[in-house]
Amino acid sequence: MSAPTAPARTRPIPEPTPETAHFWEGTRTGELRIQRCSDCASAYFPPRPFCPACSSRNVEVEAASGRATLYSYVIHHREVPGFTSPYAIAVVELEEGPRMMTNIVECEQTPEALVLDMALEVTFEQVNDEISVPLFRPAEASQSRPASTEAVR
Amino acid sequence: MKQKSVAVVGAAETTEMGKIPNLSQLGLHADGALNAMADAGLTAADIDGIACAGESPVNLAQYMGIVPTWVDGTSVGGCSFMLHVRHAAAAINEGLATTILITHGESGRSRVGVGGYGMARASQNGQFEMPYGPMGPPTMFTIPWLRYAKTYGATAEDLANVAVIQREWAALNPRASYRDPLTVDDVLGSRMIAWPFTKLLCCLVTDGGGALILTSADRAKDFPQKPVYVLGTGESVETQMVSQMEDFTTSRAFRVSGKKAFDEAGITHDDVDHLMIYDAFAHLPIYGLEDLGFVGKGEAPAFIRERNTAIGGKLPLNTNGGGLSYMHSGMYGMYAMQESVRQLRGIAPAQVEGAEISIAHGVGGMFAASGTIIFSNVAP
Ligand SMILES: [Zn+2]
Repeated sequence: MSAPTAPARTRPIPEPTPETAHFWEGTRTGELRIQRCSDCASAYFPPRPFCPACSSRNVEVEAASGRATLYSYVIHHREVPGFTSPYAIAVVELEEGPRMMTNIVECEQTPEALVLDMALEVTFEQVNDEISVPLFRPAEASQSRPASTEAVR
Repeated sequence: MKQKSVAVVGAAETTEMGKIPNLSQLGLHADGALNAMADAGLTAADIDGIACAGESPVNLAQYMGIVPTWVDGTSVGGCSFMLHVRHAAAAINEGLATTILITHGESGRSRVGVGGYGMARASQNGQFEMPYGPMGPPTMFTIPWLRYAKTYGATAEDLANVAVIQREWAALNPRASYRDPLTVDDVLGSRMIAWPFTKLLCCLVTDGGGALILTSADRAKDFPQKPVYVLGTGESVETQMVSQMEDFTTSRAFRVSGKKAFDEAGITHDDVDHLMIYDAFAHLPIYGLEDLGFVGKGEAPAFIRERNTAIGGKLPLNTNGGGLSYMHSGMYGMYAMQESVRQLRGIAPAQVEGAEISIAHGVGGMFAASGTIIFSNVAP
């Protein structure tokens, strides 16, 4: 992990910008951060310093619950550096409303195992010292809950 | 309805189609442009406006020897050419140019003279999509489908029907890349790319190009070809990140663009004789039929299954074979409009008898953008 030579191929590594730094600081410490508008109360993602619903700059960062449901996906069958095929490229809907692309881990990558609206919870994969990416896994049975069908916007 | 005062007077594709290793991307733009100028009886000296995507309009002007007074480099993906037609119509109406050339050329397969493809790691896509392993359109454009399928009870067979029926159209087109008949089993049994999308549910990757020339409807009557008038136009964009679409069962950009075009043209759906919907993947015609309002939500799979879009059906769709069977260089919107123009000139290989109104509806990126053009061969 600390080898000075080029590491084995990893997933593409994101490069934070000033507007997104809080998000990647959060994932590094095991927190999934979204933003919420102080004027209209909309929760949103990806990060930006204003509300996409009402254009207000009066917004705050908050920790999401990490609970989500599986919204849609494909299972990629071709070989990609940093990934073991086949693997699902998924979009999940967070409990707070926003959706995000991710991978589903600790789960067979099959249509039978990946059921739309299944309950998920966030987990984090450390890619390097700076970047950890949020991934999702099936929620513990004790924490499972009815699938959310609430509209995002 | 100002748009009704503009017409297509030159239209052509590249001389060859499919695999063209002897021409660069810029060369393909020029080949289509030269063919369209010959079609209209014009030379570069007659052109005073240019638009293109995938290539700099500055390169095009210098390469072709054109001195433009109007330039449009709008580049929002494969529907950019629909947006160019819309902008060109406004420019001609406003007197910014009189004779506008719109070109497309793409060495999608041979990759001659092509720039790199990639997303910056600090872009929104680079931070919030690329880390999860999407590799191009087959793994991004396709993601919304499962949500549509669950919402409306659609199946993989519904996707396959799109490919099968378009192959029937392609069989009538000598320039189509693939013309052999297909069955639903052939489609679903082809190599898995990104479940549930098999290879035959994904578009081709070929070389090619094409160009259109527009001028005012008043002048159009003096050109050698039958004029094809622009009745209505629409455009919109939604998001560069497919994960951030408002609703995975419908495209907002499709709905906004389509409604604008219908409103501008002042026509109803029953007036439409022929339809082109950009089919980068087999679910696109399903979304397009619904979002343009030809059928209700969730009704397109049955509409296609009942052969309404097939040969002899009431709404002939993608009659060149589409991106699934005809060709797809990467930015297919130009070919959709070329087929609309051929149909309205009455020279299409799979001619729809008596067609008077045709719509070409395009998508850009992965549901990122949209453009809609309503054409007619009847002078407005
Ligand atoms: Zn707000």
